[in-house]
Amino acid sequence: MRRAAAPDAPVTAELEHAAERAARWRGFRLALPSFAYLIVLFAIPLILVGVYSFASRSRTGAPELSDWNLDSVSKLVDSTVLAIAWRSTWLALLTTVVCLLVAYPFAYYIATRSPRIRNLLLVFVMIPFWSNFLVRTYAWKVLLGADGLFTKVGEALGIWGQLLFTLPAVLIGLVYGFLPFMVLPLYAAIERLDWSLVEAARDLYASGWKAFRKVTLPLSRPGIIAGSILVFIPALGAYVTPDILGGAKTVLLGNHIVNQFLAARNWPLGSAVSMAIMIVMLFATVLYFRTQARTL
Amino acid sequence: MVDRRAAVALTAVTKRFGEVVAVDSVDLEIRDGEFFSLLGPSGCGKTTTLRMIAGLEVPTEGSVSIFGEEMGLLPPNRRPVNTVFQNYALFPHMSVAENVAFGLKMKRVAAGEIGERVAGAIDLVQLTGMDDRRPSQLSGGQQQRVALARALVNRPKVLLLDEPLGALDLKLRQAMQLELKDLQERVGITFIYVTHDQEEALTMSDRIGVMNEGRLLQIGGPEHIYEQPANRFVAEFIGETNFIDGVVSAEGEVALADGSVVRAHTRSGVGSKVTLTLRPEKIHLHPDGAPIEEPNRLRGVVKRRMYYGDSLYYEIDLGVAVIDARQENAPGVQRFEAGERVIATFDPGASEALTE
Repeated sequence: MRRAAAPDAPVTAELEHAAERAARWRGFRLALPSFAYLIVLFAIPLILVGVYSFASRSRTGAPELSDWNLDSVSKLVDSTVLAIAWRSTWLALLTTVVCLLVAYPFAYYIATRSPRIRNLLLVFVMIPFWSNFLVRTYAWKVLLGADGLFTKVGEALGIWGQLLFTLPAVLIGLVYGFLPFMVLPLYAAIERLDWSLVEAARDLYASGWKAFRKVTLPLSRPGIIAGSILVFIPALGAYVTPDILGGAKTVLLGNHIVNQFLAARNWPLGSAVSMAIMIVMLFATVLYFRTQARTL
Repeated sequence: MVDRRAAVALTAVTKRFGEVVAVDSVDLEIRDGEFFSLLGPSGCGKTTTLRMIAGLEVPTEGSVSIFGEEMGLLPPNRRPVNTVFQNYALFPHMSVAENVAFGLKMKRVAAGEIGERVAGAIDLVQLTGMDDRRPSQLSGGQQQRVALARALVNRPKVLLLDEPLGALDLKLRQAMQLELKDLQERVGITFIYVTHDQEEALTMSDRIGVMNEGRLLQIGGPEHIYEQPANRFVAEFIGETNFIDGVVSAEGEVALADGSVVRAHTRSGVGSKVTLTLRPEKIHLHPDGAPIEEPNRLRGVVKRRMYYGDSLYYEIDLGVAVIDARQENAPGVQRFEAGERVIATFDPGASEALTE
């Protein structure tokens, strides 16, 4: 921050520049630890993954850093990879849609309570985070298994049987895991809403449902978009949930990448798939911010 | 019981929020085509009253009827009224034209007619050419006009306005006051106007209802309310006034604590304790010893003089009370200094004897 010069002491342009430089340098020094952390643990590994994508695969599986080629990149359009990408994408989309449908009424309910109850309900949303994600996923494995409560209920109702190691099991796990990421931005958007706008709509002959469609829903759009991104992106790259609940039959992008690195020992292909996902997500995010900037 | 001409009738309407009584058994009839103001300090229940007419609140007790039709639990979208909200409540995600068209669209008016009426309403509030702007691109005054157009385009039988000028600066507010009054006369719609600004209420209204602590204290024309306040609160809330305690000694006469008797408008029997209300501008000051014929003469000493540009205010110690007197800053009006002895006179019709 630059301090305003006293009116009776004119500051020369030169002095002002020096002050600005000093301020910039001070900010940089404060940010230095974070910079160092991000460079060493994020930027360098990311660059390595990018470089590996163009390396060739040696007999031991480690990337050969001398023989550069586009083999791995061209394998991205292989039918296997494309099929996995397609399955991952629609499962991530489905997860996002289900999360949205479940989270919106819930977020709306929370946002319209009194502040005390509101905070209590928000704590309930956060409670699952207090235990490890892996542990919670294993809990779902038990619930969805042959003797699990979820399976027993489904069998008693005659609607579903054992879902473990199927795509629906993965969907249930993903929705469960990412629901808070949808609830919180939606809550924030709805809570900010100016309710007199809804009253104005009602005053202008809108029924309760019409007022919701024409005012509440469009005005909570930032929350819908933010929540969708927060769910879709991690769902697309999910590894733990499909691995534990989906079994070997339902390979998704996350598992495919892990398989390339650990089982197939094809680091270049694993790197190429990782980079491709990241680039697609980057474009999606940029697109999102572009549209946001336009509407606001 | 309900007058056929009554646009809105409230019968024994009470609204409680938990323990709090926001509106306390209000009876009110608003005539068709009049500009009616509900005036009172914040928290007096005027906005709650308006919201009950709009259907945004449901009365705890009593009934609201609009043109003889009992409203009961009818939701706002099925009432023949529209509201101009305090902070306009314009839809930020819609253009000016879309905002104005909203009510007509909800009522499923034909597209061609919507276009015509929206254009007409936008012209009416002098925002021609602004159709495609977003509310955020408009000034406060322009937003206010959009809110008006959005309500008026529906041709409601009654227009409810909740402190519509509160967010504007003084100059704009005064200009809008005239414009609103003018508009109301042109469209001929009943306006119910909620405000805490007494000047606004006095200049625009045909009639005013003064509220405090949930009760409707007095209903009447601006002059009636100002000149003949029903009680101490009304006298004090509207304009400035002085209070002098006394006892009614005969009809039209009040004896003050020092034994002097003044003539005033009395409404209670001989012997009742009253408070005289006397507006500062109704008092004339004369130098001590001047020959005076007027019946109401009170001797006092100038304590302080305050200069207001167009006028001077004198704080005068009468012995029985300290009062403010306003004298025009005009040629021929005598000035007094602090410490000077003066005689204050006023017309018998200028003072009301209030029984709390």
